[in-house]
Amino acid sequence: MGKPNSYENILEIKNLQTSFFTKDLELKAVDGVSFTIPKQKTLGVVGESGSGKSITSLSILRLIEEPGKIVGGEILFKGENLLKKKESEMRNIRGNEISMIFQEPMTSLNPTLTIGEQIGESFRIHQGLSKKEALKKSVEMLELVGIPSPKKRVKQYPYELSGGMRQRVMIAIALACNPNLLIADEPTTALDVTIQAQILDLIKNLQEQLGMGVLLITHDLGVVAESCDVVAVMYCGQVVEYADVKTLFKEPKHPYTIGLMKSIPPHDQDIEGDLEVIKGAVPSPAEMPTGCRFAPRCPFATELCKTKMPELQTDENGNQIRCWMHTDEWDGVKDREVTVHG
Amino acid sequence: MIQYIVRRILQTIPVLIGVSILVFSMMHLVPGDPAQIMAGESAPQEQVDNLRERLGLNDPLPVQYFTYVSNVVQGDLGNSIRSGRDVGDEIGSRFWVTVELAFYSTILAVFIGIIAGVISATKRNSFADTGIMIVALFGLSMPNFWLGLMLIQWFAIGMDLPSWIPFLENTSWFKPSGWGSFSQIVLPVITLGTGSAAIIARMTRSSMLDVIGQDYIRTARAKGVKERIVIYRHALKNALIPVVTVVGLQFGGLLGGAVLTETVFAINGMGRLVIDSISARDFPVVQGTILVTALLFVFVNLLVDIAYKFLNKRIDLD
Repeated sequence: MGKPNSYENILEIKNLQTSFFTKDLELKAVDGVSFTIPKQKTLGVVGESGSGKSITSLSILRLIEEPGKIVGGEILFKGENLLKKKESEMRNIRGNEISMIFQEPMTSLNPTLTIGEQIGESFRIHQGLSKKEALKKSVEMLELVGIPSPKKRVKQYPYELSGGMRQRVMIAIALACNPNLLIADEPTTALDVTIQAQILDLIKNLQEQLGMGVLLITHDLGVVAESCDVVAVMYCGQVVEYADVKTLFKEPKHPYTIGLMKSIPPHDQDIEGDLEVIKGAVPSPAEMPTGCRFAPRCPFATELCKTKMPELQTDENGNQIRCWMHTDEWDGVKDREVTVHG
Repeated sequence: MIQYIVRRILQTIPVLIGVSILVFSMMHLVPGDPAQIMAGESAPQEQVDNLRERLGLNDPLPVQYFTYVSNVVQGDLGNSIRSGRDVGDEIGSRFWVTVELAFYSTILAVFIGIIAGVISATKRNSFADTGIMIVALFGLSMPNFWLGLMLIQWFAIGMDLPSWIPFLENTSWFKPSGWGSFSQIVLPVITLGTGSAAIIARMTRSSMLDVIGQDYIRTARAKGVKERIVIYRHALKNALIPVVTVVGLQFGGLLGGAVLTETVFAINGMGRLVIDSISARDFPVVQGTILVTALLFVFVNLLVDIAYKFLNKRIDLD
């Protein structure tokens, strides 16, 4: 399936901009997002609801629907810009080289088609298999994702399966054609905790077996710590911090990342009083602050933060940060104490 | 499946009993003496008494009902007062004419309605969508007897068109009356089917729009499925579930609507039989026709319920 490995990163997004257009307003859902996923690695994208995580992932597959539109940037997949591809070329990539698993297993499968038909469809489209061959392959896929008695299951309809089973089926569909990149948009949010761990383990195992890159969207920092290699923290349609997972958890730099870390309940000590929260709420896309988008909620914000948008800075290790505190222009307290519990 | 069909048929029994009671009471709900009404106002008393005796109207009501039902079950719908012929025979051939009319109209309505609805939904807010929905609104609001008359005027009798319009000097392509040949069938079927086509188009559109927004459609697109297949394989099958219900109900409406259409096009069907019998106060025929129509309606809805099973796997019939 692959071309010669002339690329270093399976996916490289540069300054991606996706907007939604109302009659007289442009809502920038994704505003200048950049990140890279090294080959066979897992990138975690974290952020609150409405930070543009899902829109970013749908943009990669170019599945943004009206009134949304990708306005600018580059999405380099194996070194080629997906935004320059024709629709028919994109269709060959979708489900074949880049696959996606969605948040809602209960509604993501077609209620009127059997499991076998839905998995088999990928084989039939991308590998031109016959109905019979596709069904045989579907049974193999169900086996791979650990569904018992797969021969019976391929003939069943989604309503006959539990949520965890359906998510396994979604994974089977996504992995059918051995993709180079798997996008998992909160694959475990709708499942209960024990099933969550199983699904994440499954994705991890299959990643090792098949050697694909994974883009894991989540708002669960625990999941990130466990299964990601690099992390992009998103806030209001922008990446505010991008770092390898160790650095991010050891020395979070952006006040928003620090806030997120502080709001996880520590598991090794009793909590006295309330958990820390990041005060305020995500601003609505129609009323974005002119300066740093996090400034209204940031405890360290100065006049500079409120008036001017900081650029994304890259350090010598390739880690990135979008915050005035980490520039020479910073006009606030230099020696701040940043502590994270634990 | 067979078990379901049998059970479903048994379930129609209470409905049929209800219908039979209604049909039976019809004669007695008419103000005045049914025998007098049937015989005519100026009929001599002796004739009225004879008629009353013949129809068993002197018996107590429950006995009359029982006699009526046991006759009906044996296929005896009574005799027409007008012609003296067996009501079953009177209805006989006309029944199939009306069923054909309603059936062709349904096919036309389903065909046009679904195609128009799908185009409308997939090209939402476009010129085509607005156009189709405006036409549908017209189709819906047009009384079908008027549409029938207009169609006869335009396409059967022909209009005095100015001579400079090419091809259209003679518009009498179809026949304005009767039933049987293709040229006779076209206009009544269009007349009767238009309203249903409009309803089905609107229903298909809203149902499709709802389905296109579903998560599993996004899944299909993310799989790399072609848009045409997304629409016809993934979306339409789901969108048809509510449409099938409407089609079933519409068929009943068409049987009723056939009364007007048959009158306009002088088609010798059940609808016209009812109209003629009502004006002649021929109660046995009216009763028989209504009973048969009700039976047909119940049967069609049984078919609709079975069609569900094929469309929606979540309805567990057994």
